[in-house]
Amino acid sequence: MSSDLLDRVGTKDIARNKQSLNGAEQFWLVFKYVGLCFLTLVAIAPIYIMVANSFKGVTGVSQSAAWAFPIHPNFAAWGPVWDNLKGSIFRTLFFVVQSSIISAIIGSINGFVFAKWRFRGSNFVFTTFLFGMFIPYQAIMIPLTEFNHWAHLTGSIYVLVFAHVIYGIPICTLIFRNYYAAIPNEIIEAGRVDGAGMVRIFRTIILPLSVPCFVVVLIWQFTSAWNDFLFAIFLTGGSPKLSVATTALNFITGSGNQVYYGNNMTASLIVSIPTLIVYVFLGRYFLRGLLSGSLKG
Amino acid sequence: MAVFVYGMIGWTVKESLGKRTNSYTTAKGLVGLKNYRDLFSDPEFVHAFQNLLKFTVVFMVGTLLAGLIMALLLEKGIKGEGFFRSIYLYPMAISFIAMGTSWRWLMDSSRDGKATGLNKIFFDVHLGFLQSNWYSSEKGAMYAMALPAIWQMSGYVMALFLAGFRGIPDDLREAARVDGATETKIYRHILFPQLKPTFLTVLIILGHISMKVFDLIYGIASKSYVTKVLAIYMWQVIFDFQNYAKGASIAMIILVLIAVAVIPYLIYVVKTEEQK
Repeated sequence: MSSDLLDRVGTKDIARNKQSLNGAEQFWLVFKYVGLCFLTLVAIAPIYIMVANSFKGVTGVSQSAAWAFPIHPNFAAWGPVWDNLKGSIFRTLFFVVQSSIISAIIGSINGFVFAKWRFRGSNFVFTTFLFGMFIPYQAIMIPLTEFNHWAHLTGSIYVLVFAHVIYGIPICTLIFRNYYAAIPNEIIEAGRVDGAGMVRIFRTIILPLSVPCFVVVLIWQFTSAWNDFLFAIFLTGGSPKLSVATTALNFITGSGNQVYYGNNMTASLIVSIPTLIVYVFLGRYFLRGLLSGSLKG
Repeated sequence: MAVFVYGMIGWTVKESLGKRTNSYTTAKGLVGLKNYRDLFSDPEFVHAFQNLLKFTVVFMVGTLLAGLIMALLLEKGIKGEGFFRSIYLYPMAISFIAMGTSWRWLMDSSRDGKATGLNKIFFDVHLGFLQSNWYSSEKGAMYAMALPAIWQMSGYVMALFLAGFRGIPDDLREAARVDGATETKIYRHILFPQLKPTFLTVLIILGHISMKVFDLIYGIASKSYVTKVLAIYMWQVIFDFQNYAKGASIAMIILVLIAVAVIPYLIYVVKTEEQK
């Protein structure tokens, strides 16, 4: 589970390509680019459809022209859709930011403990933690609704904060643990020699070193909580007062409204924009989160 | 926190053995495994289970192949690698409720002159016979449903394989090349065996995602019968019929399906790491 996975992905020198290529190698290079470009087209087709059709008004033009590029962009769908969605978008932002920060903090403390403190049964506890990443939401759904009821959380957005914190802890712990495992023990020893306790060491030595890891974890948590639909629909019971981005979107694009192509595509695009922005600007960290959360032996 | 989650699982187990089969009853007490036995004689459950298996097979094989091909194309380093990598990975960042809108349209079942989406492309390039009913067809719905799933996850698999390839020292290849091995042989006998742990990781990740698949199918086809899988059925049972006992039993089956694969894997991973 090395934290240098990303560096391995990122650093392949392409010097070899600069040597003069013989015929067969040139053929393979062209072949590769053709393959890569084809896959690129496949990968962007769905998002292209979404973007193109969001500029064609509320119902879109005829369905058979839906592949066409919007030469005369029409913004008619954007205003109403935004008015419809903005409440949910801000609500989502509110709970997602909170749950990401809380789970990142808990994850960093846990990760530190698992990385630097070997106690009896720590392997067992760690394995139980790891399995937490794989537990399907469904397995705790029913008790969770009852718990929320009992704790008087029902009807408040904190049901989602709570759910995402609990579900975020295993993956955050794992990412932080892998990161901290790479920090040499000598640093901690040095701190201890100087008379600092574990808490102090954590606060003054480890935390300042963890900034990149916090970015990774926050992005990861932000994206997964933003995109979550199952918890959202389950725990809010579909109540419009608590609608978040995905549930509001599902309400707009739901079965009765499928004729409003332009509208639906615009709404989908608006809901995707925040995570896409994060991805475009912080994609490196996103990739790092993916890889260090993947437990490669 | 861990205690809390496992406590909740215990609660679900209890619920699944209990009598709360509608919202009016307050019946307490346990009925043993009756709910589970009932499930396996429930044709709708069996249908959802078969659907899930079909989906899983196509999704896992498809994503593995697509991701591997992407990684193979990029693996040796090529100009523009960063660009291609970002493009292949972005689907991971988008919610399936949002992408579902697009895919619903791409996999629209209208044909020929009325076609849109993929059918339109096939029709226009004179491959009309490739047109399909996609996710609304009776037999192939689950296979069609695997397409968006493959689309979403193959970038992830690519990243894992890429990391795997880059973790193999270049000396190994060079040595094999000096010994006169062809490129194909190098991949088959040197590189792929080194990637065994990566393959295992990929299979576990894809498998567990597949077992709990919900958003993707719900976003495209809602509760349609032909694409029903366990998670959708569970949702229906709880939300529409308030049958908590049955819902909990389905949830436990999903959990067990995941656990039998994941727990041995985790133990293996933690052990191998211990040895380092």
